[in-house]
Amino acid sequence: MTTSTPADTRTLATTPKTRRRVRPHLAATHRRAAWIFAPSMLVSAIFVYAFIGVTIYISFSNWKIGTNADLSLREPLGATYVEMLQEFRAQSSLRNIIVFTVLFLAIAILAGLVAALLIHHVAIGRGFFRTVFLLPYALSFIVTGVVWRWIFAPATGINEILRAIGIADPPGWTTDTTIIGALNDPSGTDFLKVQLGVPVALIPIIVAAAWQLLGFAMAMYLAGLGSIPEEHLEAASVDGANAWQRIRHIVLPQLWPATVTCLVLLLHVALKIFDLVVAMSGSGPGFVTDVPGIYIYNYLTSRYDKASAMSIVLLVMTLAVIVPYLVRGYRHERKA
Amino acid sequence: MTTTVEPTTRAVLTGNRRARKASARVLPHTVGGWVVLALCVLGTALMLVPVYVIIATALSGTTGAPGFFLAFPDAPSLQAFASAWEKLHGSLANSLQITIPAAIISTAIGSLNGYILSKYPFKGSTVLFTILLVGMFIPFQAVIIPLFQFLNMLNLQGTILGLIVVHIIYGIPITTLIFRNYYAGIPDALVEAAAIDGAGIWRTYTRIMLPLSGPGIVVAIIFQCTNIWNDFLFGFILASPASWPAPVTLNNLIGTTTVDYSELMAGAVLVAAPTVVLYLILGRFFVRGLTAGAVK
Repeated sequence: MTTSTPADTRTLATTPKTRRRVRPHLAATHRRAAWIFAPSMLVSAIFVYAFIGVTIYISFSNWKIGTNADLSLREPLGATYVEMLQEFRAQSSLRNIIVFTVLFLAIAILAGLVAALLIHHVAIGRGFFRTVFLLPYALSFIVTGVVWRWIFAPATGINEILRAIGIADPPGWTTDTTIIGALNDPSGTDFLKVQLGVPVALIPIIVAAAWQLLGFAMAMYLAGLGSIPEEHLEAASVDGANAWQRIRHIVLPQLWPATVTCLVLLLHVALKIFDLVVAMSGSGPGFVTDVPGIYIYNYLTSRYDKASAMSIVLLVMTLAVIVPYLVRGYRHERKA
Repeated sequence: MTTTVEPTTRAVLTGNRRARKASARVLPHTVGGWVVLALCVLGTALMLVPVYVIIATALSGTTGAPGFFLAFPDAPSLQAFASAWEKLHGSLANSLQITIPAAIISTAIGSLNGYILSKYPFKGSTVLFTILLVGMFIPFQAVIIPLFQFLNMLNLQGTILGLIVVHIIYGIPITTLIFRNYYAGIPDALVEAAAIDGAGIWRTYTRIMLPLSGPGIVVAIIFQCTNIWNDFLFGFILASPASWPAPVTLNNLIGTTTVDYSELMAGAVLVAAPTVVLYLILGRFFVRGLTAGAVK
């Protein structure tokens, strides 16, 4: 297998030892090489960077509906952001995305780690187990969403089991407006209109997302496990370390790069979550399952400025995670 | 093994050792091994529950969805598949028309870019590549309004061609990353040798790199096919009913008031089938793309 380890994926390239410039070529060749790459950069400059610039501009403008491009700037500048952040719905979708991201990451990464440790050490059927655990990753979030929507359907789904074991009044899942552990009374402050806590309605979505993506974490961890030198473990065994001690002191530290990769890549998937929520619940009652992705979509028909402002908030959150990761990869590579 | 052992004895010994190894591969021989195996089986069973649910519910046919999600239909039928196919076949065809050209073209561009970046790294190429990679991670909502307006300007909004173009453009960073990593594993000496023989950039690419690109191409194509086939956001916002890709139509089956779960699950099977089959047949390459590309 030429599969690179997660340690390598932290750097942008899995460049091997012989990474030096091809000598016989002259400057002209390199210039020609740059020209071949140029169209892709041009496309990126327009479709990524210029378009983001346009979206930022719209978020400061008076452009409300698509058919009527009002490009005048809104007074005072940034009023759209202020208006948005004071809105119950926007606060709800931001609370939801944070709760969703934290819980989903914790579950997917832990489950992926446990699955990888088990599958790495299983005597038979390793390929089969690996295939099954990664299988959901091949699905569309819409497919995942419709299945889990059915599994959590209040009348016919998991609640049937809960009732059978004596829970008379099981939750309504995606239709439930309960917030677990609500910290604050929403009437308490002027600004905070939403209750902070874990909405029950998000649980099915978190479970579905973890089901779909824990295989990704598992694949990363399996690659990481494969790169741990056998001798280290043998040496530890000789020194009398038991299985748990070997995992705790030798395996887990070496899996740290894989953990960072998983964290970053799953975090950016989580922040952008859209299709899964659309298929399972949409905004939910009282926006209890609203997320920035859905918020933006809903305002695309009525408030271009607000939709843009929320996408910039989402973009900033994503870049705050991704850019340090990419820059570190870039630095790592420069050194190599 | 000492040299004093007779050849035949040695054969027997190594044979035994091989046999012991083989038996170790068949069943665990410690309590811990059995526990690990049992946990793996349990985890697999849990992971497969939703798969069972899709299939069981899809088979419940016209009688409607069962009253309990784990129930297997008394009289399994393919009726739900027939009605789901009726509603989905058009968008499945759209998805094929979008996925195939977009995957092929973005792979071709990624291959060229990866070749340039790994074999002719010009001044500033690494930083440019890092800038390009950001495009892979941005939430597409942040470009959707300008994109919509832009496609509208070109009369491509709502068309299949428009979706193909969009998927090619936003697929370039990931395919470039995959090929850059893949070509880094091909010795520079080959390129140098070709240069000494007088081959330029293009000839080296077509005569040397392309013939060696097989596995890289498979990885990139599988990745792009899966990503593009499973796309919802672009299809949802940029397509018109005539060009809706399959996940959008599947989502529309949910409707507003009542949901026909047996039809919905049959539809889910139809939408999931192509990527699942691809994954089951070529899963090895799929995993390679995941870990080498460290994608999404």
